[in-house]
Amino acid sequence: MKSIINQEKFIAMLHDGMSLMVGGFLTNGTPEGLIDLVVQSNVKNLTIIGNDGGYPDKGVGRLVANNQVAKVIASHIGTNPVIGTLMQEQKIEVELVPQGTLAERIRAFGAGLGGVLTPTGLDTMVEEGKQILEVEGQKYILELALGADMALIGGAIADSYGNLKYNKTMRNFNPIMATACKIVVCEPRRIIDEIDPEDVITPHPFVDYILVGEYSE
Amino acid sequence: MNDKEIIASRIALELEDGDLVNLGIGIPTLVANYVPSDKSVTFQAENGIIGLGGLVEDEQEIVNAGGMGASILQGGAFIDSVTSFTFIRGGHIDITVLGALEVDQDGSLASWIIPGKMVPGMGGAMDLVTGAKKVIIAMRHTNKGIPKILKRCTLPLTAAHQVNMIVTEMAVMEVQKDGLHLLEVHPDYTVEDVIKATEAELIIESVLPMKGV
Repeated sequence: MKSIINQEKFIAMLHDGMSLMVGGFLTNGTPEGLIDLVVQSNVKNLTIIGNDGGYPDKGVGRLVANNQVAKVIASHIGTNPVIGTLMQEQKIEVELVPQGTLAERIRAFGAGLGGVLTPTGLDTMVEEGKQILEVEGQKYILELALGADMALIGGAIADSYGNLKYNKTMRNFNPIMATACKIVVCEPRRIIDEIDPEDVITPHPFVDYILVGEYSE
Repeated sequence: MNDKEIIASRIALELEDGDLVNLGIGIPTLVANYVPSDKSVTFQAENGIIGLGGLVEDEQEIVNAGGMGASILQGGAFIDSVTSFTFIRGGHIDITVLGALEVDQDGSLASWIIPGKMVPGMGGAMDLVTGAKKVIIAMRHTNKGIPKILKRCTLPLTAAHQVNMIVTEMAVMEVQKDGLHLLEVHPDYTVEDVIKATEAELIIESVLPMKGV
């Protein structure tokens, strides 16, 4: 049985300078209730890791708008021009990572690997400052594993044990991030008694806390 | 047909029965409207759909890779991002169609950053052009008269030497080992028009009228 935590306990786990992985793809599958609470906590200097920068008023974009973010690691920030502006003004650091490389770096961390070898990004700005390895005649970039202090997981249907499955395209980065962080908090869309073991996507040992928020059904 | 429709309908002729295809945002998305009725093609969306269907207004739970409400077809699957990019990076995508800011005669492309101006990021484009079996660029031939098909890209690359085919409203070109071949020209234009609108050196042997027009 997983701990169901309340808002106060969740906020108490947040601190300045922490790194947060936030699930979702253009906010589809992003736990907006948990983001509400991070905004409310007003913790600063966050590193936010996610597929994209969300929108100025939605998803991780709300943390940027509230001046809580020092660094963004994402594959795309085009839907949130606020991040682009802050980057040009050097008020926020942005590390752009190819989407597949981002997914694999997070998977690698969760699986205890040091990194991955990929041809994605060869001969581009992405390879700058990284080791290039040649394996059996093919060049690869060594991309390092990526973990974080806390994962904020959304888009899920949880059972009473803390197992998760996901709702439609809301799966995206959520199950990957749930493997790669010290603390994993899920805001499920709903909780059911039991998910058929054949259908569990994120088994409960990956999940530390369940928070039922106002966005839950 | 307008320029976008010409490009999309011509690219649809490249799809083979049984292909798994990823379409980028913009003109590439329109290719799905022209799949020949005798061919069964499966579309992938990199946010996590095998068997992507059409757009659905106000749909919140299923979105395509552009974040727009979409649908999934019978026999489809929802997948996580690692599985999605296992398809893409592992060579399981037959064709990817995407736009570009610049393409050059060596098959390199630039599509994700204009330094100092626009930095949207690469999203899944670098993975797609590196991992897909065939890369087709769908774009207007020029940017308001300024050539986009160059001897060498000037913007930071998305990938080097990965493009196989370029389809514009004027022409169809293929990157081969010896350079960029002009294969087809739209009947509204002459070979001379295409040469003038192209900075890259075009290898011209036998040029056909654009198929499907």
